[in-house]
Amino acid sequence: MVAYTIDITCQKIDITINNSHLLEAENMALVKININDKDEQIDVPEETHLLWAIREHLGLTGTKFSCGIGACGACTVHIDGVATRSCITPISAVTDGQKITTIEGLSSDNSHPLQEAWIEAQVPQCGYCQSGQIMHAAGLLNENSKPSKQEIVKHMSANLCRCGTYMRIAKAVEIAATSDEK
Amino acid sequence: MQSSTTPLKPDVSRREFLKTSGGVALMITGTGLMPLSSVTSNANAATATSQNAITAWVELLKDGSLTIYSPATEMGQGSMSALPIIFAEEMDADWDKVTVKFAPQQPEVYGRPLFRGVSQMTFGSTGVMSYFPLLRQAGAQARYILLASVAKHLSVDSSELTTSPNKVIHASTGREFDYGDIVSFLDVPNVIPTIPDDQLKNPEDFRLIGKNLPRVDIPQKVNGTAQFAIDVRLPNMLYGMVERGRVHGAKPTLKNESAITSMDGVVGVYRLEHGVAVLAETMGSVFPAKHKLDIEWSDSKPTGFNSADAFALYEKILDGNDVPENIDGVESSKVLIDDGDLETTKANAAKTYRIDYKNDYVYHAQQEPLNSVVQVSADLSSAEVWIGTQNGTGAQEDIAKALGIAASKVTIHQQYLGGGFGRRTLSDYGVEAALLAKEVAPRPVKLTWSREDDLHYGMYRPATLQRMEAYTDEAGNLTGFSHIVVGDGERLIADGTDIHGYNVPNHKAEMHIVPHGIRVKHWRAVGHGTNKFAIECMIDEIAADQNIDPVEYRKRLLEPRALATLEKVASMANWGETLPEGRAQGVAFLERSNTLSSGICEISFDKDSGKIKVHHFWSAHDAGIVIQPDSVLAQIEGGVVMGLSSALDEQITIVNGEVQQSNFNDYPIIRMHELPESIETEILKSSAPPAGLGESSTPLVACAIANAFFTLTGKHLRHLPFTPDRVKQALST
Ligand code: FES
Ligand code: FES
Repeated sequence: MVAYTIDITCQKIDITINNSHLLEAENMALVKININDKDEQIDVPEETHLLWAIREHLGLTGTKFSCGIGACGACTVHIDGVATRSCITPISAVTDGQKITTIEGLSSDNSHPLQEAWIEAQVPQCGYCQSGQIMHAAGLLNENSKPSKQEIVKHMSANLCRCGTYMRIAKAVEIAATSDEK
Repeated sequence: MQSSTTPLKPDVSRREFLKTSGGVALMITGTGLMPLSSVTSNANAATATSQNAITAWVELLKDGSLTIYSPATEMGQGSMSALPIIFAEEMDADWDKVTVKFAPQQPEVYGRPLFRGVSQMTFGSTGVMSYFPLLRQAGAQARYILLASVAKHLSVDSSELTTSPNKVIHASTGREFDYGDIVSFLDVPNVIPTIPDDQLKNPEDFRLIGKNLPRVDIPQKVNGTAQFAIDVRLPNMLYGMVERGRVHGAKPTLKNESAITSMDGVVGVYRLEHGVAVLAETMGSVFPAKHKLDIEWSDSKPTGFNSADAFALYEKILDGNDVPENIDGVESSKVLIDDGDLETTKANAAKTYRIDYKNDYVYHAQQEPLNSVVQVSADLSSAEVWIGTQNGTGAQEDIAKALGIAASKVTIHQQYLGGGFGRRTLSDYGVEAALLAKEVAPRPVKLTWSREDDLHYGMYRPATLQRMEAYTDEAGNLTGFSHIVVGDGERLIADGTDIHGYNVPNHKAEMHIVPHGIRVKHWRAVGHGTNKFAIECMIDEIAADQNIDPVEYRKRLLEPRALATLEKVASMANWGETLPEGRAQGVAFLERSNTLSSGICEISFDKDSGKIKVHHFWSAHDAGIVIQPDSVLAQIEGGVVMGLSSALDEQITIVNGEVQQSNFNDYPIIRMHELPESIETEILKSSAPPAGLGESSTPLVACAIANAFFTLTGKHLRHLPFTPDRVKQALST
């Protein structure tokens, strides 16, 4: 068990990760998941984190590993449209019928409004955090298609960017949220 | 007019142009700009180019499409766009037809001018700065060849021809040739002259340089297709992790080898000098195996070292009557700068100021943990390496040495870097992977550092103490100062003790090196982050004591180009206007990689929590000619954010040799809600040669915050970072 507190949006959030599986990873199982609208089967220890199933077993490497403890958001994917940190989600926690979406499933041609806005605002620097940023932003727009500036900042404070692209991220989310008004 | 200053070989020999199936690779600067003396390098370059048709700056195909090779790595700083743009500008290429690729590691061909034949390292914000003249010349020579070919084809004189993007035009007959059409009759002259400076494009006519072209790497960075080394997957690949000493330099003894090797999926356990490695079939099985390693660690140099106590030792070194070299722990001392006559200045001073500044260790925290993929051939004679490195040449050499093979047998596949910030000029993470790959050759190995590994076995910006002494005359003018820095890391702490931009006639800088065995490294802007902090805070303290506004005081000292940045930022920030209650502004100036920068921040703080809030940050920079203005703004914004994070929160502490932090839970990186309401940047128009900009803004931040805090409270923040505890402590003094 790892327990810690992170300070997001001036709120202290307690995170407890059950990582006891790290010591016992022997129950191999054939896991069925639906990812980017495709049914996939993978043979992995049941407690493998979704992140590694996605990256190493399915080869969808747009989803990144950075902290592994849920603190940075680089590994963000959607489970039924909800932004979720795949590095702390055991694959066994994904239930039948749930749909997983990764950055690769957002669009096939950079045509998602967030991707267009990200290019318009020239957001990425090194780019490593950006799949997670975009997926986290998409999670916000799924819940709230017209977020205020404050709501954007609050929501996006969950994700880290060492290159410091935050100003442009906030701008790009605003652009995307108003893109249908143009 | 011939340019007389160039020490470069003026002509390119014909064999450097290789016809490929669909077009031609123009080896324009393969040897053309080699220093005259490097005859052997010339030979190397010729071999390198003849082995591979794509070892050139540009490849032109019959359909007019072009591939331009970028010699620098891409870690978000935009070099991969900026450098090819310089080439394309002089070649008069159509940017829409250009594809950019990373150049291979062939320093004889692609090395930076100052390091030609030695290194293609990307560091110190020097990419554009050092490649600018070379790439302009190379692009101009490419254009020359196209013009000469058409001239011959039409039997006209080259002077009758002009170019527009991707076209050669013969105006008097109205004939036009697309660059792609020229491939079929390309005729490379025997001698290609150095194009004199006055025949290069007039900067007024630039159509690519100074405009905002979208960065070439961005489309791949919004859909997950940008490939970082950690994303490389090869058939039959094994996954590796290493447990390294929590105390740097400690040597491992593994207690439970058989328990590990019997774990599901584990292929083997290997001893490295500094750690124990596990290889497994999947990422899912390597994590638990690493976790389960039971290792006994030896003592090593840092055993017993507490970072909090280092300052007492540093003070003892400076306070004692003994010469520092005789004090236990001091390895060496060095005078770095000795301009003018400090002794006389000191003797004649009307007033002497003496102030100490300190800083703790900080960590790079690049978002992609260190990793690499290596495959060693079955006969162990060669290796392929997929790595994100700032120093491909160094990686190639280090890995070759570890494997006991020639550097030419190591192929580096440069990947995007998920952040560098100075950490990735050393490729220890490639060497580890290579050693493991050798054990299981020819199976490829992907070695991944966990975040905890990356932090515990990090290489930090060293902790230092700066003792500043400044002297003023009767009128309060700064006549000279002395700067002594104590700490670990030699050049890391010497960097930034200069006072470029300021006109202070007498200046001395010295350092005393005290090794602690803690791994230390360049961290964005290197010593500027700490040494400029000391210099800039001291200037404010003197100005305040002399009752002079700190901007006014600096104006008296700054050279004209530097002064222009200060005046600009003062007007951006409305310096001197009344601010709301509880707010104050602070200023700083510095030079880094030839860029002159001034910054102002506006802060407030919360008395109860001790938390400082930065509301606005303004900066103005003179960086010479700017290739991609928007990309530069992004660098400055990001640099300010990193500066804020490191000034306010970031701190590595060491107790009994052990790093105390582990991950982003206890090493906090600034988040979006903590950002200023605005970060405003101006780049001054300049025709000076390009300077490096990627690190300019980061070191401005701490100085400006401390100076604002001093104005607001009359109290001093002289120890980085300004954590809430330190703020409260400063207030209570
Ligand atoms: S890698 Fe999952 S939150 Fe950081
Ligand atoms: S773009 Fe580099 S970490 Fe966000």
